[in-house]
Amino acid sequence: MSTIVLERSEILARTTPRNSLRDTASQTLTLAWRSLTKMRRNPEQFFDVIIQPLLFTAMFTYIFGGAVSGSVANYMPLIIPGILAQTALTACMAMGTQLREDMDKGVFDRFKSLPIARIAPLAGPALADVIRYVIAATLTILVGLAMGYRPGGGFVGVLGGWTLTIVAAWSLAWIFTWLGTIARSAQAVQGISMMIMFPLSFMSNAFVDAKTMPDWLQTFVKFNPVSHVVTAVRDLMNDGKVTADVGWALFGCLVVVAIFAPLSVRSYKRHL
Amino acid sequence: MPTNNLPSNLHSAVHATGLIKNFGEFTAVDAIDLDVRQGEIFGVLGPNGAGKTTMLKMLATLLPIDGGEAEIFGVDVRKEPHRIRQLLGVTGQYASVDENLTANENLWLFARLQGVSSKDARTTASRLLEQFALQEAADKPISQFSGGMRRRLDLAASLITQPPLIFLDEPTTGLDPRTRGQMWDTIRSLVDNGSTILLTTQYLDEADQLADRIAVIDRGAKVAEGTPDQLKTSVGDSTLQLQLADGADQSLASDVVRRVVGEAPVLTPESGRMNVALDNANRAADVLIGLREAGIGITSVSVDKPTLDEVFLALTGHDTGESNDPSTDERELEVAR
Ligand SMILES: Nc1ncnc2c1ncn2[C@@H]1O[C@H](COP(=O)(O)OP(=O)(O)OP(=O)(O)O)[C@@H](O)[C@H]1O
Ligand SMILES: [Mg+2]
Repeated sequence: MSTIVLERSEILARTTPRNSLRDTASQTLTLAWRSLTKMRRNPEQFFDVIIQPLLFTAMFTYIFGGAVSGSVANYMPLIIPGILAQTALTACMAMGTQLREDMDKGVFDRFKSLPIARIAPLAGPALADVIRYVIAATLTILVGLAMGYRPGGGFVGVLGGWTLTIVAAWSLAWIFTWLGTIARSAQAVQGISMMIMFPLSFMSNAFVDAKTMPDWLQTFVKFNPVSHVVTAVRDLMNDGKVTADVGWALFGCLVVVAIFAPLSVRSYKRHL
Repeated sequence: MPTNNLPSNLHSAVHATGLIKNFGEFTAVDAIDLDVRQGEIFGVLGPNGAGKTTMLKMLATLLPIDGGEAEIFGVDVRKEPHRIRQLLGVTGQYASVDENLTANENLWLFARLQGVSSKDARTTASRLLEQFALQEAADKPISQFSGGMRRRLDLAASLITQPPLIFLDEPTTGLDPRTRGQMWDTIRSLVDNGSTILLTTQYLDEADQLADRIAVIDRGAKVAEGTPDQLKTSVGDSTLQLQLADGADQSLASDVVRRVVGEAPVLTPESGRMNVALDNANRAADVLIGLREAGIGITSVSVDKPTLDEVFLALTGHDTGESNDPSTDERELEVAR
């Protein structure tokens, strides 16, 4: 048996009752570093955010341009913000699948046994994922510019639209994070995410003007947060105006985070 | 250690009463009491599926406790999980390190997560890598590690903050004899530095080598507790295994054994086989002579140290059952994931 027996008070003095906000932030940053290191070692994680902007921007513009707006050039101001929103949505969708796969690995057992804030293992990857949204948004805009898109909002307007897209992607990612914590397998997350992603992106004003749709669909489009993001990005990029829709889009993002971040933490805890 | 006139749980590292865990209808841990004293190595011995991992996970805040009370250094496990996590180093049954990172990065990551500064985290990582003879593999990805290296890294990762209490879930399962010996030395040195250790094992000899006290659990319940010596005397120092030529002689042979060693043999499920617990291997000859005089034929005979199987047979009246079933481990692995 041991010769050194520590006093109980001495042992307990080294502990704290909870994580401070600063601890939580530092743990989140550390786990974001882990996710970034992982991305660097598995660069295929960047394929979707590189290929999709290149492919979709060209494809949608040339296919729908003439039919929807009479010409490709006229369609650009409508479609580029739409594709920005859609790319952001697909980019953040991968969050859930990634997290689910990660949570099945042994290292998450250790995260659970460490005295770290329960939100850190979720917020860390979410923070690291921002780099993917940055790539997706930047590429989409660059491809648009190369194809002849001339945004009326100028540099500042485009910067505003770009920022809003990234903020929206980060916020919507919490929906998929939550899915990742409740679903039983990565495949299940993938399936459900698709079912959420398609209606959200197509039942919106991202690709066509909603006025031609049936009434019931117009109602859905109006309440779809993606529509607000698209309209807001259009206002910013094409007119350089901060309209009410920018406010609504940001508010929508806030609501999504306020609902799904706590839900995710709760179901992550229960997963123990 | 001062134990006399104080309530025992004042010096307990772990004090649990009536711990219960249910998975649906199935009770995996059934009212277990546990008292691990500060500074000791406490071994939990049990076959596959006994509930060892489940019990440790409840104590480590990794599974909700369904019934009973648990305290670690006087801190309620249910009420203050965050404090418990600071007091504990947990090395699980399956390596819990990050496959995508190198050994060095793993240790740095876990140190940073526990509030160690970046610079100190680097120092700690290299100190631990050296202590566990991993410095040559420091910058290799874990996917290239052997099972033994992973286990060592896993243990190293649990020691970063030098926690006063360490849980080791089957620390040597799957290690070769030499590595196992090294692991034992490491575990002993942890205790010399003031840590308390709660370990689980399927091996009687491991519990015997390491533990100051042992609890034997089976099917979720504690069936025995004591020092290794106390446990072994309950099954004898060695075991004489007999195969009778004629299964029909069994009851006659039992009588002979009882007359010679003063205790009935333990009958195993195979017909005509019996194990006789001996407090001294020399008594084997007496038993054999007794059988010869009674005219009972034997086809094989061997004298061995008691195995976990025999401890179980003696303590519970049934064998470990699952220990030879290779499919069990895989099933457990799935369950753990
Ligand atoms: N999450 C779970 N859901 C349902 N049953 C479970 C779960 N975890 C464990 N069990 C069951 O509880 C029992 C005890 O399992 P446990 O892993 O604690 O055993 P163990 O003593 O650690 O065994 P081993 O030596 O194989 O590691 C087993 O029958 C197992 O199948
Ligand atoms: Mg186990």
